[in-house]
Amino acid sequence: MSDKQDTPRGDSDPSGEEPVLYADTVGEYVPSDVVGRQAATAEHDDQSAFRQSPVLDEVVGDLPRTASLWGDAWRQLRRRPVFIISAILIVILVIISLFPGLFATHDPRDCNLIDSLLLPSSEHWFGTDLQGCDYYSRTLYGTRVSISIGIIVVFFVTIIAVIGGSVAGYYGGATDSIIGRITDIWFVIPTILGGIVILSLIRSRGIATVSLVLIVLGWATLLRLVRSSVLAVKANDYVDAARAMGASNPRIIMRHILPNAIAPVIIVSAIYVGVIIAAEAALSFLGVGLQLPAISWGLMISVAQQRIITAPHLLLFPGAFLSVTVFSFILMGDALRDALDPKLR
Amino acid sequence: MVSNTKTNTEMLGDFPLDPSAPLLEVDDLHVEFRIEDGVVKAVNGLSYKLGKGETLAILGESGSGKSVSAQAVMGILDTPPGFVTGGSVKFRGVELFAPDKKTGDLDHVVPEVRATRIAMVFQDALTALNPVFTVGWQLGEMFRVHQGASRKEAKEKAIEMMERVKIPSARERVNSYPHEFSGGMRQRVMIAMALSLDPDVIIADEPTTALDVTVQSQIMELLGDLQKETGMGLILITHDLAVVAEVADRVVVMYAGRRMERGEIDDVFHRPAHPYTLGLMDSIARPDVHLDRLKPIPGSPPDLLAIPSGCPFHPRCFHAKERCAKDIPELETVGEGHSSACFYWQEVQVEL
Repeated sequence: MSDKQDTPRGDSDPSGEEPVLYADTVGEYVPSDVVGRQAATAEHDDQSAFRQSPVLDEVVGDLPRTASLWGDAWRQLRRRPVFIISAILIVILVIISLFPGLFATHDPRDCNLIDSLLLPSSEHWFGTDLQGCDYYSRTLYGTRVSISIGIIVVFFVTIIAVIGGSVAGYYGGATDSIIGRITDIWFVIPTILGGIVILSLIRSRGIATVSLVLIVLGWATLLRLVRSSVLAVKANDYVDAARAMGASNPRIIMRHILPNAIAPVIIVSAIYVGVIIAAEAALSFLGVGLQLPAISWGLMISVAQQRIITAPHLLLFPGAFLSVTVFSFILMGDALRDALDPKLR
Repeated sequence: MVSNTKTNTEMLGDFPLDPSAPLLEVDDLHVEFRIEDGVVKAVNGLSYKLGKGETLAILGESGSGKSVSAQAVMGILDTPPGFVTGGSVKFRGVELFAPDKKTGDLDHVVPEVRATRIAMVFQDALTALNPVFTVGWQLGEMFRVHQGASRKEAKEKAIEMMERVKIPSARERVNSYPHEFSGGMRQRVMIAMALSLDPDVIIADEPTTALDVTVQSQIMELLGDLQKETGMGLILITHDLAVVAEVADRVVVMYAGRRMERGEIDDVFHRPAHPYTLGLMDSIARPDVHLDRLKPIPGSPPDLLAIPSGCPFHPRCFHAKERCAKDIPELETVGEGHSSACFYWQEVQVEL
């Protein structure tokens, strides 16, 4: 409906819709009530035409079936650019970390000192480092360390947090006090500082060691979150109802509380992967994380800082990969939050 | 669970049931909540008996302890802060509570009774159903957990139960989520869940409060029909006098966790012998009596942290005399099966 200026009797019609119809029904005199009715019909036809569009049909058709929290969330997520971008990035990064050989152009450990500190070229896309190793291949192999540490740590931290948090939140009383006080004590240990102290005592440090230290230091935040989430869900009538129906405590926790309490945990876990990856890089950068000859972004950045003026690409590429990885997990967490938290809709 | 198959010598857990005993016998039940501000005495000496096929209404204002007493019977009090401190609850002669060795409070020790013998219908079915699972899954859970049914069997039984509570097109709706049902249909699901294991007693905690009037009567009718069909005992917890008058056989009127009056429904409604019962009836609008103003009970229910001395109702009572503030009135027999905890019940009845 456009061309309002073209209507011959536009001034005599107060309504903005009708003049268009005059244009449609060329020259004919139409009583105003008929016009009204036609307007209604036209509008109706318009809508039904709109409804028949396949795109809308798909969306509308989905509504009644996927009305659960997860169904709703998935429908929301599919349409969110933030989610799509972060999901694509994460999928690419995970594939790289699983099969770095597929993408690498060189063996990251096959170095040639003649090629030391070359700038990016068609042979060495990201240039080479001091030892003359292909920097592009090394950066890709570094993905593996970061992603594995991030996922391993968050996996175990989430398990600890879900078990501890739901037990504390559900049983309450003395159990809650004990778990709560331990969590409080843990909470005051800063992850990086604690990591420096513990890791500097360990001589040989691999992925497992660093992961373990980060798990030991990192569970408290998430446990608190699970506990508070369980407490909120526990107050619901359906938990009482389940008890009245004779469900056992473990069953109530597994079937009735956790499915309703897990959404915020998933959100924070996704963000936490990014945080842990950054923490690993920080520890390696400080010289207490992974050790050479391991290939890790943190180590690469650490070495690169000494030649930041002469070879800035050494800092740039691992730094960029690190930032993009952390960023995509945090974006993913944000997208999940928007989709899973009904209050933010 | 031993008690699922009802054989000749019926067992409840490890205990043999007494077929001649009443279905449910609550005697001098005391429940308190220990909170930071002190001890909230929520139920102070509630007693009642429920026979087969009988409907007992527990009537009272908010905070009179009626829901708490039901939770205590089911053993689903939040402990802490809620504790059963005294009394006895017997299901067909089997005592459900035993004193805790350390604290002396009573613990519910017969979990087998839940759902298979005594089931509960909650007030707001929307919050009493788990939002993340389909209705069929939740109904089926009863059969999976208690009878070890397979997923497929459980679903079939869920559909059967939904048909039994007259949910139209049950087969299509079995995979719907609770929020996709209307209030009345949700309450039917709740009733189906309570009924699923064929319990002997159903405790309905304000089953119609969240519903509008027409649906209310449908739900009460459904409960009545099912009761006739199965011969189960029904405890109806409500503050709605109309619902009580419609379906109950007997009624217990509660105030501040205490029994004020009990008796057959006709006796209590037509010849109330307690000023509180009288006040409740005067405070609702009746289409057959024209009044310019309703007569509400003055004041508000007492703070259960500091229950008034003597008769807990005396600060709000028109008939209160000096004695009411000092002595706690015991239940006195007013007529056959009708008793009142008021010193001056005769005066109250004269007023009628």
